[in-house]
Amino acid sequence: MHELSLMEGMVQGIQEEALRQGFGRVCQVRLEVGRLAGVEVEALRFAFGPVTEGTIVEGAHLEIIDVPGQGLCEACGREVEIEARFDACPACGEGFVDVTGGTELRIKDIDVE
Amino acid sequence: MCTTCGCGQADLKLDGKPHAHSHGHGHDHGPESGSAHGGRRRVSLEESLLAKNDALAAVNRKRLAERGILALNLVSSPGSGKTTLLEQTILRLQGRIPVSVIEGDQQTSQDADRIRAAGAPALQINTGKGCHLDAHMVGHALDHLDPAAGSVLMIENVGNLVCPAAFDLGEAAKVVILSVTEGEDKPLKYPDMFAASDLMLLNKVDLLPHLRFDVDRCLAHARRIRPDLQVLRVSAETGEGLDAWIGWIEARLAVSQKA
Repeated sequence: MHELSLMEGMVQGIQEEALRQGFGRVCQVRLEVGRLAGVEVEALRFAFGPVTEGTIVEGAHLEIIDVPGQGLCEACGREVEIEARFDACPACGEGFVDVTGGTELRIKDIDVE
Repeated sequence: MCTTCGCGQADLKLDGKPHAHSHGHGHDHGPESGSAHGGRRRVSLEESLLAKNDALAAVNRKRLAERGILALNLVSSPGSGKTTLLEQTILRLQGRIPVSVIEGDQQTSQDADRIRAAGAPALQINTGKGCHLDAHMVGHALDHLDPAAGSVLMIENVGNLVCPAAFDLGEAAKVVILSVTEGEDKPLKYPDMFAASDLMLLNKVDLLPHLRFDVDRCLAHARRIRPDLQVLRVSAETGEGLDAWIGWIEARLAVSQKA
């Protein structure tokens, strides 16, 4: 449900950058979204249209870069890919997997005119 | 949306009134057309979508720390007993430590009215359609409420075990309230909230004899998510465990005042 506020934060971040760098229009936004970031990609896409309306981001193409969940198993010490936080280690079947990646939720870059 | 203060929520109300500054719009939303350079280029940002909220939360945190105020962000499902727990907490701290409360709900001022009746200043934030409080709303609430130096500020977040986990308000700690009528698997179903909290209050323990709720299993689930989670078993109804909760608040307040 909070995807809408996150996308509002995105528009704000871009607008502030526009003031600093003096660009006029955004043609593309690339977001990095980790699978463990706790957001629904479809809800982000859905919110993109309404939140960008009437801003310099309106009409831009949204690209979402999927970042897999990564962790370090405390039992077997392996670097593993996980689908959800607090999953058991897929390699050894036990252990607490310390999350090392996949919680990203950021604007990677934008293409501007 | 407003780039000066970050207001995205036209529905936001503080004590029933639309919040203060105009969104009409007096300030400029940046260059809307034309570019000095022309042509398409790529701008690297590497900026979190929560960057703005986190920056405002840092401002709130500094402001609270300067006045030695302990701010706790109370999070839970709807109906966990947060408001009753707050009423009882206010009664027990009365005459010793000043308490003020920020109440977050989508609609109505019923909770703030209950808190005022219990004897503490309260400010109601109605988020309209919003599912959580954010640092910007709490910053405005601090302007209005102006909590006393050395006091405790309780922020009762919107009842929701999902969204409030992501939004730092500038609090010293999140306290998650889980009532025994909700089921012992909540920590596994909503791990982000339990991972973000320092303390879990297991509320309504007076109802345990009537329920099939396995406390040990619930605590094992919660500690799988957050191994160092502190837990207190309480009943806001009977008063059981509330002395320990008050003790926890006093200890955290002492830390806030030393910092």
